[in-house]
Amino acid sequence: MGYLGEIFVMAMTAIFIQNFVLSRFLGLCPYLGVSKKLDSAFGMGMAVIFVMTLASAITFLIRKYLLLPYGLGYLQTISFILTIAALVQFVEMVIQKNSPALYKSLGVYLPLITTNCAVLGVAILNTSQMRSDGITTYNFLDSVLNGFFSGVGFTVVLMAMAGIRERLEYSDVPKAMKGMPIALILAGIMALAFYGFMGFKL
Amino acid sequence: MVNTIILMDISMLQTIGAPVVIIGGLGLLFGIILAIASKVFHVQIDPRVEQIIAALPGANCGACGLPGCAGYADAIVHADADINKCAPGGTTAVTTIAQIMGKEASTQTRKIAVIHCTSGGKQSTNWKYAYQGIETCKSAVNIADGPNSCSYGCVGYNDCVAVCLFDAITVDEYGMRCIDLEKCTACGACVKACPRALIDLVAVDKVVYIKCSSKDKGAIAKPNCGSAHPCIGCGICAKKCPVDAIMIENNLAIIDYSKCINCGRCATACPTKAIQDLLVGMRKKAHIISEACIGCTICAKVCPVTAISGELKQLHTVNDSLCVGCELCVGKCPKHAIEMI
Repeated sequence: MGYLGEIFVMAMTAIFIQNFVLSRFLGLCPYLGVSKKLDSAFGMGMAVIFVMTLASAITFLIRKYLLLPYGLGYLQTISFILTIAALVQFVEMVIQKNSPALYKSLGVYLPLITTNCAVLGVAILNTSQMRSDGITTYNFLDSVLNGFFSGVGFTVVLMAMAGIRERLEYSDVPKAMKGMPIALILAGIMALAFYGFMGFKL
Repeated sequence: MVNTIILMDISMLQTIGAPVVIIGGLGLLFGIILAIASKVFHVQIDPRVEQIIAALPGANCGACGLPGCAGYADAIVHADADINKCAPGGTTAVTTIAQIMGKEASTQTRKIAVIHCTSGGKQSTNWKYAYQGIETCKSAVNIADGPNSCSYGCVGYNDCVAVCLFDAITVDEYGMRCIDLEKCTACGACVKACPRALIDLVAVDKVVYIKCSSKDKGAIAKPNCGSAHPCIGCGICAKKCPVDAIMIENNLAIIDYSKCINCGRCATACPTKAIQDLLVGMRKKAHIISEACIGCTICAKVCPVTAISGELKQLHTVNDSLCVGCELCVGKCPKHAIEMI
């Protein structure tokens, strides 16, 4: 299997098999909170893809060149949180200044992502995941790609959820089940459906 | 011995120092970058938005039709929204916003909520059955058309009191709801909360209200009403109204407040006392100051009850028995020759 094949496996794993929301249960807060409307779900998804890719790159560099040489691997969580929060703030400022249109569609979701566990999750998973040979860990490109595909997986699920919830608004749901209860049941059914991808042999 | 201690000290310094320096350095670095970025990428936010947010009451009631006070402030500055939409803020908010925006303050007449029903109290309601359930009006009216005999009247579980953000509705010793004219901001929350749609917003300068919402025929409405003041749809008020401001629809009198002149004749005429007149017994009569009158006949033309008579260029007189004290003539007289006594 060439490198392209490996990337394909990584994409399938991040998007379907080890989906961040539905099988790792990370980033549930925006999954339930921002999934009421399709266009805001799309905006949130794009912001998450962007931040996850960037965070994967930066945290990889920080870990490899700053933490590991001094034997400070145990500090990765705190330094990753610090990095991600600062990064998101910085990106928000840059976007607000340079691209007001992008800021309007994306900017409101950026502060939400600052403390999103899915972003921290992808940074930490990148440090422990093995490549397909089972010996070496992810290199820089692998980490960035994994961050990107994880973000795509998050977006796919978030938009699927939003699409279903938009239709649910018009359906005849029993009064006691309206709103959050039916959304939680829906989330459970979706998680069960994604559980089926576990059987994929890649 | 001495050497090992020194060595231990150095390794300990390293174990403690390295993480402190690295994490602290990272934090410092990010802090400096963000501080510089906040200057370099500073975006001017319209200061008027913040000023308007400060001028608004901050109740986030949504009476303006926009999501919250911040949304309304943004809409005023950027979307050219009307500045007089804030009901809770009243005239003070409008004038402040007008100053900030350099716009003319076109204040709406302040409105207040009026409950169009006189029953709903402990003694003033005829009960059909004893309701034992969730103590909200919304729940009570759903069971067999409500526990009170009148299917249009107040059930008295105070949904309106619960929903009022401004404590403007209180419950008195008889279990009746009283609206505080000073505190009411006409936000409309109670109007929406009342499952029988008994509450309505009326301009604060109007003093005559139909205190019934029953659309039943008189013969049904009368025994059902617990307070003995039902509107029976007889139409006497409509006939007595000098400006045709009252209409009878579905056995119920409705006042058209764009026409009403506050004369209170309908309240006096109503056989069931279903019309409330806040100024009853306090109305003054018009009096023409003879020295100032030039006989222009304007007052006679404007009088809705033809209580003023007189020839052109002659002194006019007011017939006290006809005058209803609406004060329309006072405002119209070019010589300010009419006073209310």
